[in-house]
Amino acid sequence: MSIIEKTAAELIDALAAGETTSVELTQAHLDRIAAVDGDVHAFLHIDAEGALSQAAASDARRADGNALHALDGVPIAVKDVLTTTGLPTTCGSKILEGWIPPYDATVVKKIKAAGLPILGKTNMDEFAMGSSTEHSAYGPTKNPWKLDRIPGGSGGGSAAAVAAFEAPLALGTDTGGSIRQPGAVTGTVGVKPTYGSVSRYGLVALANSLDQVGPVTRTVLDSALLHELIGGHDPLDSTSTTTPVTGLVDAARAGATGDLKGVKVGVIKELAGEGWAPDVMAKFNESVDLLTKLGADVVEVSTPSFEHAMAAYYLILPAECSSNLAKFDAMRYGLRVTPDGDPSAEDVMKASRDAGFGDEVKRRIILGTYALSSGYYDAYYGQAQKIRTLIIEDFKKAFEQVDVLVSPTSPSTAFPLGAKLDDPLAMYMQDLATIPANLAGTPGISIPAGVSDVDGLPVGVQLLAPVLEDARLYRVGAALEAAIGPVLSIDKLEVAR
Amino acid sequence: MSETLVAFDEVLERYDPAFGLEVHVELNTNTKMFCGCPATFGGEPNSQVCPTCLGLPGSMPVVNAKAVESAIRIGLALNGSIAEWCRFARKNYFYPDMPKNFQTSQYDEPIVYDGYLDVEVEGETYRVEIERAHMEEDTGKTTHIGGATGRIHGADYSLVDYNRAGIPLIEIVTRPIIGTGAKAPLVAKAYVAALREILLGLGVSDVRMDQGSMRCDVNLSLSPKDSGELGTRTETKNVNSLRSVERAVRFEMSRHAGILDAGEAIFQETRHFHEDTGTTSAGRPKSDADDYRYFPEPDLVPVAPAREWVEELRASLPERTADKRARLQVEWGYSELEMRDVWAAGALSLIEATVAEGASAQAARKWWMAELSRSANDRGVELAELGVTPVQVAEVQKLVDGGSLTDKLARQVFEGLLAGEGTVAEIIDARGLAVVSDDGALGAAVDEAIAAQPAVADKIRGGNQAAAGALIGAVMKSTGGKADAKRVRELILEKLA
Repeated sequence: MSIIEKTAAELIDALAAGETTSVELTQAHLDRIAAVDGDVHAFLHIDAEGALSQAAASDARRADGNALHALDGVPIAVKDVLTTTGLPTTCGSKILEGWIPPYDATVVKKIKAAGLPILGKTNMDEFAMGSSTEHSAYGPTKNPWKLDRIPGGSGGGSAAAVAAFEAPLALGTDTGGSIRQPGAVTGTVGVKPTYGSVSRYGLVALANSLDQVGPVTRTVLDSALLHELIGGHDPLDSTSTTTPVTGLVDAARAGATGDLKGVKVGVIKELAGEGWAPDVMAKFNESVDLLTKLGADVVEVSTPSFEHAMAAYYLILPAECSSNLAKFDAMRYGLRVTPDGDPSAEDVMKASRDAGFGDEVKRRIILGTYALSSGYYDAYYGQAQKIRTLIIEDFKKAFEQVDVLVSPTSPSTAFPLGAKLDDPLAMYMQDLATIPANLAGTPGISIPAGVSDVDGLPVGVQLLAPVLEDARLYRVGAALEAAIGPVLSIDKLEVAR
Repeated sequence: MSETLVAFDEVLERYDPAFGLEVHVELNTNTKMFCGCPATFGGEPNSQVCPTCLGLPGSMPVVNAKAVESAIRIGLALNGSIAEWCRFARKNYFYPDMPKNFQTSQYDEPIVYDGYLDVEVEGETYRVEIERAHMEEDTGKTTHIGGATGRIHGADYSLVDYNRAGIPLIEIVTRPIIGTGAKAPLVAKAYVAALREILLGLGVSDVRMDQGSMRCDVNLSLSPKDSGELGTRTETKNVNSLRSVERAVRFEMSRHAGILDAGEAIFQETRHFHEDTGTTSAGRPKSDADDYRYFPEPDLVPVAPAREWVEELRASLPERTADKRARLQVEWGYSELEMRDVWAAGALSLIEATVAEGASAQAARKWWMAELSRSANDRGVELAELGVTPVQVAEVQKLVDGGSLTDKLARQVFEGLLAGEGTVAEIIDARGLAVVSDDGALGAAVDEAIAAQPAVADKIRGGNQAAAGALIGAVMKSTGGKADAKRVRELILEKLA
């Protein structure tokens, strides 16, 4: 097994045992990127020099017995929506082309402080709007399993980088499924932590009340390791929770070796049936059977308001993002287009926004502006917030009956590039199962359930837990992962050949 | 539209005025509303900025607790209710000096609501009802270079200073004030004066109208006399002195009446106030449907001031203005009329500070209400904005009490202070204003006067001491008023004994 195939947990041991160095394994991942990223296009910016110098510093620390963290020296990829000093942060948009932030996102500060070399910034749908990464202004990312397939989105870059063994770890952000759905279609693990448990400071907001930073990895344990590192209170984020983010690694280790006796699992009735691909449902049902075999008490639960989640989401998200994206006015940073003649400041703003934003971004700005307009606010934004409350109630009732909820992560396996590009609604449906957790602030994980009998592509299973009970995801997720067995391996990828 | 102005008295024959005031107050907190940047005035442009107040992508706001405390204290001093729970909201509109193109403000959930302030005009008390006071952030400051008007249209280019962006503001909004008739301009002025006194007493703001730390918008409408309706209003922006508040109300009353008399409708708009002429001119159209697409700020958690804290703040409020006024009147031994004049001139705090510096209450009143009030009137500024401080007035009075200045010389010192000639000592020195009481210098002048008026000298020698006045006058004249008159008299009587 080559070094790039090791999990982060294995790399921790190898580094600690002196079997490898950070420089060696960082170089190995940079070599892998050089070899395959021309096909995958997971990265928007690669920082070989920076990563290697961070790796050398890490090795020096370790040699002196001063490692900063267990993960010190393990390289990582960062979604291009998180600010990084010295590295471009484009959010997949032309309007931020060339912008180098003067400050680090809190999560970036944390991974730097722990000594993780940053390999580069990963591709994404523009401003995280999309489920296929096809809305990136810099071209789509390809699914390493099959290069004519989408890698999911918006965080297709982070998921593809991890799936293609270009990085052992990556950071993603999840507003409606942007970590979990790419995880499902690339056979990787993705976690959306409890809202507020990981700082959003330095995350270029899509929808502030829904966004959350989380880990993208190949195993449940690796996610737990990264999640504990990035989690915790941040005084710069007023919505950040004060509850310490601990016990996740322990939960993952306990789950991997133990059974699930006494754990109550609820299968969400509403997330099945029409619109759900039979091959996905087949794999999902196998996972449910495995949960039963592991000793869990599996029951069906109903969450009737989930039916309206999509509608509420596509009012709240555009409303918030229409306001968030107003700051891109060409006055202080980013793209500036100056029309001919004697343009006013307003003319410059208009021309720059017209040239800098893609169609999906413009669509959502218009939707959100409309939804917030006087006379429509109550009917749209106001109603959507009421649905949000109902969904929170549904979760509350469900979690009175069960410890975790389970559903397929995504209704289908990775679809062909271009297949849904002209049909926004079909694209939006990809996030049917993932959106409710964002609306309610609850945590969720997607783990590989196996590959489809139809197309041989990965299927994801999603677990959901109550707010601040992220540890349950790791315990049940690790147990299920162990029972399912390995899904992703380098020889299964089209890109490896 | 040609403007016909109707004489003020005539306006009142046919119309009832209603007015309302929106007063923006910059708080004097150390740091800005939502970040840790210094909130001080006068720094190098764009030297007091950070990702948050520049609105950089990914940045997030954190509420300044001191600003919330100031808002609560203001609310309590204005007899208002303090919200148990309130939120910030985004007010969305585009402008180059708005870093985020939305202002973080409060909308339908202000921190203070339902207050009032009683103000006195010519012995009558008027209650001004305060609808709300809310917290918000200031914008950047734009300077338009080139062009005739200093406004954005026609400018060659504009410079933006973001030091002001994010400075905490409290906006205090009255309900429409009706039933004041001919006193409307004076009540408006008296309200702003009273508000300023309260804010000064609270120590929450510099309340310098000339520097923009207190800014008034004046809403005015007329309705047919005794109709009890509210007419269409105009909003005159940035009326930045007490005198201008009075003039703006007066002018708009005359202008509205001209339009209504002609059977035309008032166009709802903002108007610019011109200090030089006391007139207003059209700004931009404004309708109640101005759509700022307000929605709750998702990056901030609600503000819920604990009741115990509010009560602590209430208990620690400074003396109420009305109580203070009554107390000081007794302490200073002023008549009711004198006190009323002092109050109306906005001199209460100035006299209080002057007395605190050692001057007698009578002397302090004499300078502020006569000499300095006259100068303020001549210059068309408020007493507090004249540029003479209570410390200086007390210093001058001390010299008068000690005999080294006469009242006449003291007036010249004030002239020098107003002309910016330096400190009191420097002016006395430069202008040669010290009283001459040295016998050598005075003796020569006395001898001269005796020689010049032998007949008068003879009368004095003959025992007619009253005749000495003529010689004293001559000496005063020859010494340019600098002679110590008492000593001159003694010398004359000695020499002619």
